[in-house]
Amino acid sequence: MAEILDGAALYLRLVRARLRAQLQYRSSFVLDVIGTFVISFLDFVVILIIFTNVPQLGSWSVAEVALLYGISCLAFALTDLVIGHLDLFPQTIRDGTFDLVLVRPRPTLFMVLTADFQIRRLGRISQAAVVLVYALANVSIDWTSERALVLAGALVTGVLIFIAIWVTVICIAFWTVEGREVANAFTYGGVTLAQYPIDIYDRWMRSFFAYVVPVAFVAYYPALFILGKRDPLGLPTWASFISPFVALGAALVALSVWRWAVRHYRSAGG
Amino acid sequence: MRASVIELEHVRKDFTLHRSAGGLRRERTVVHAVDDITFKVEQGAILGYIGPNGAGKSTTVKMLTGILVPMSGRIRVAGLEPSRQRIQLARKIGVMFGQRVQLWWDLPLIESFELLRHIYRVPAERYKANLQELREVLELDPFLRTPVRQLSLGQRIRGELTGAMLHDPEILFLDEPTIGLDVVARQRVREFLVRANRERGLTVLLTTHDLGDIERLSSRILIIDHGRIVYDGDIDALKERYGKERILVVDLVEPAPPLRVDGGRVVKVEGPRQWIAFERARTSAADLTAAVAAHAPLRDLAIEEPDIEDVVRRIYAEGAKRVTGSAERSSTA
Repeated sequence: MAEILDGAALYLRLVRARLRAQLQYRSSFVLDVIGTFVISFLDFVVILIIFTNVPQLGSWSVAEVALLYGISCLAFALTDLVIGHLDLFPQTIRDGTFDLVLVRPRPTLFMVLTADFQIRRLGRISQAAVVLVYALANVSIDWTSERALVLAGALVTGVLIFIAIWVTVICIAFWTVEGREVANAFTYGGVTLAQYPIDIYDRWMRSFFAYVVPVAFVAYYPALFILGKRDPLGLPTWASFISPFVALGAALVALSVWRWAVRHYRSAGG
Repeated sequence: MRASVIELEHVRKDFTLHRSAGGLRRERTVVHAVDDITFKVEQGAILGYIGPNGAGKSTTVKMLTGILVPMSGRIRVAGLEPSRQRIQLARKIGVMFGQRVQLWWDLPLIESFELLRHIYRVPAERYKANLQELREVLELDPFLRTPVRQLSLGQRIRGELTGAMLHDPEILFLDEPTIGLDVVARQRVREFLVRANRERGLTVLLTTHDLGDIERLSSRILIIDHGRIVYDGDIDALKERYGKERILVVDLVEPAPPLRVDGGRVVKVEGPRQWIAFERARTSAADLTAAVAAHAPLRDLAIEEPDIEDVVRRIYAEGAKRVTGSAERSSTA
């Protein structure tokens, strides 16, 4: 327990240091935030255009799809805020700076995940939040405390699932320098898939994204419960409650893959 | 004899390189980066670890610091097994790579130290005392509040050294600590290391291309080539063994053809100046001087001791010539 508190305190210190560094250049920081916000907002406009022309997607209305979109995008935006720098992780393997992580008296994954905190990525969070609020205002939900809990829980487990996926796929970098595109297919590809109801995909892809890369548990299953919909695929209601366990499972898998990958680290310039 | 703080027994590490051999075919080559290395380092020693590029220096250091896992053999550093007890080990050692930035690039130097203090869990008083001392010795005050990216290389290296020393390490591993530094900065780093070694009993293992570092700092040097240790001993013994020849430089009153003297051999002539090589064990400098004076009148003379760079170059050349022969070893008592 003391270990966890100490880790959390250190994390806050590192984040504060990153923020201080980024705020040194105030105008560049403001421009960054505006830039990310505009890009994310354009993404949203595209979605709006599609849905004003396609009022229904499978058995899902526009507002219901917006709920999926809002939950998965907000979870991903939060993930991106915290560990978005993992995008550059393959570079640290290639140039050998990962060596420096290994000589610190802290777990390697902790050092890697806490290495940066890009405050400008707040732009994406605001955009996802706007969509979520729009969705909640336009769908008819019979609010109960369970449903509110599932919604809040979906964001937490969503972040955990995305972190787990991200950590797992960047491990490719330990073996090949070309891994970045493959990794992106799973992370950015995963969030894109999670934005739509998975029953519109074909069976093979559906199973893949439900059981192998478990993004279906980020928004789809929690949303079914919140909306009081039956799963068109026939999974019983309890499927909506197992997201936290799926997230924990994904995290454990990510941790084992990471440990195994680190033991195979070759370092650069042998 | 003091206790060993670093021990390696029959340590090996191979790397497999893949090279494209046209089309999709790939060729595999196995490189024995570290090939059966055994040595010990006593507490309080300053060990210079040298060898040509790609000889296995960095690979050894990376295995000792827990960065790389050895393929076989046994390693103990400060009583710990680096790859399995990496975190405990990290608290006991300091590591500095001259070519890599370990400090936070966009933060003032002092803030990097603060973060390191928390990463290493250094008690507040220890941290204060250590920082105070390092600030004085390495003269950090003028740039303590400057962001690391604005520091000169010499300033940054002093900062990196401080960062590696804040948690009172028992052993300091330095990879090319003086590379790219000017004479003054280099001198300051060397003085710091000598002082930390003397006053704190710090054990230092440094890899370097700068043989000046070795001559000033090391009590013992280890030369590695092709993954094997080709020399292990002190510098004087190294010169004795590989640098048997000294050079007598004579300035004659008038230019003359190369002199023919017993026990000496002219290696270079430049106007009235001649360089005569002679073997320490066979001929004394006094006898040789007398022999030269008998041939031609002398104006001035000097004796050049073997240059360590020449000595090391000869060892590398010999190592390259040896095809399968076992590594030569000698050890200091």
